[in-house]
Amino acid sequence: MKRKMWSAMKARVFVTLKPSVFDPQGKTISDALHSLGYNGVGDVRQGKYFELELAAASAEQARTLAAEVADKVLANPVIESYRIEID
Amino acid sequence: MIKFGVVVFPGSNCDHDAHHAAKDVLGQDADFIWHKDTSLEGADVIILPGGFAHGDYLRTGAIARFSPIMPAILEFARAGGPVLGICNGFQVLLEAGLLPGAMLRNRDLKFHCEQVIVRVEQNDTPFTARATAGQRLTLPVAHGEGNYYAPPDVIRELEAARRVIFRYSDARGEVTDAANPNGSVNNIAGICNEARNVVGLMPHPERACEAPLGSADGLVLFESVVTALAQRGAISA
Repeated sequence: MKRKMWSAMKARVFVTLKPSVFDPQGKTISDALHSLGYNGVGDVRQGKYFELELAAASAEQARTLAAEVADKVLANPVIESYRIEID
Repeated sequence: MIKFGVVVFPGSNCDHDAHHAAKDVLGQDADFIWHKDTSLEGADVIILPGGFAHGDYLRTGAIARFSPIMPAILEFARAGGPVLGICNGFQVLLEAGLLPGAMLRNRDLKFHCEQVIVRVEQNDTPFTARATAGQRLTLPVAHGEGNYYAPPDVIRELEAARRVIFRYSDARGEVTDAANPNGSVNNIAGICNEARNVVGLMPHPERACEAPLGSADGLVLFESVVTALAQRGAISA
C-alpha cells in the first residue's frame, strides 16, 4: 500500500455579504429578535458556512487551496467576502 | 431565417417558452443546447433561459457558470454574437462575468410572481432595436433574487455608458420606488455589456409574446434580434 504523502486537513470557510452590501435577511432576523425583546442584539448579518476536506501537506498549503476555491466558487467577490480557518 | 439556440441547464424551466416564442410565434428556427454540449451548433443568437439551474445551489447561476457549454458562449459573445439572459439566465451571465454586478435577495424577502412594467431605456442593442426609447412593456417577473446590485462606481459607469437597458417604471414611465418590485439599484431591470451585444434582464419577455398570455409586449425583443441580424448582413430577413 502506498503511503499517503498528505493528510486530510479541514478548512472552515465563512462567507458573508460585504459590510457595504445591504443584507435583507440579516435585517429581518434582527427585526424579529428586537420584537422578541432582545434589545441587546444589534445588527445581524447572515452568511454561509462551508467545511472542506483538503488534501494538503501543510496548513499553509491548505489555506492556499481553500482561498483559491473560495475566490473561484464559494464566494462572489462582487458582494461577498470570506474568512478561512484551518484545522 | 435565423436560428435561436436555447441553452438548457438542469433546472431550467423557461427553455420551452423561449423556444416556443422563437419558433412558433416568430416563425424562426430554434434548437435546444444541452449544458454539457460544447458547440452552439451554428446558432445565430443565444438565449439563457429562466429557471433554477442546478437548484440555485450556492448562489443563483454559480454552478451553471462552469457548465461545459459556457466557453463556447463566452467566445460567441466576445465575437459580437447576440446573447440574451432572461431571469436565471441573467444571473448566470452575472456569475460568468459577461455582465457586471450581482443579485441580492429581494428587499422584502418575497418571491415576486407578477406583471410589472419596464421602460425601454436604450434601443441600440440587438434585443431592443425594434423598440423605442421610453416605450413601456408589460412583462411578468418571477424571482426571489432579482435585487440588482453593483458597487457605486460600477453603477456610475453603467449609467454613463447608457448600459441600463430596462428600468422598472409605472404605467406613465415614471421610475418610482413603488414600481420597483425587488429593490434593484436605480430600478435596474436589465443591462448590457460594453459592446452592447449581451443583454440580461429579470422580467420574462418569452412568457409575454401572445395576447392570451396577458401581454405580447415581450415579442419585440425577439423581433429586434431578427432585425438586428438582418441589418448586420448575417442573414437575409
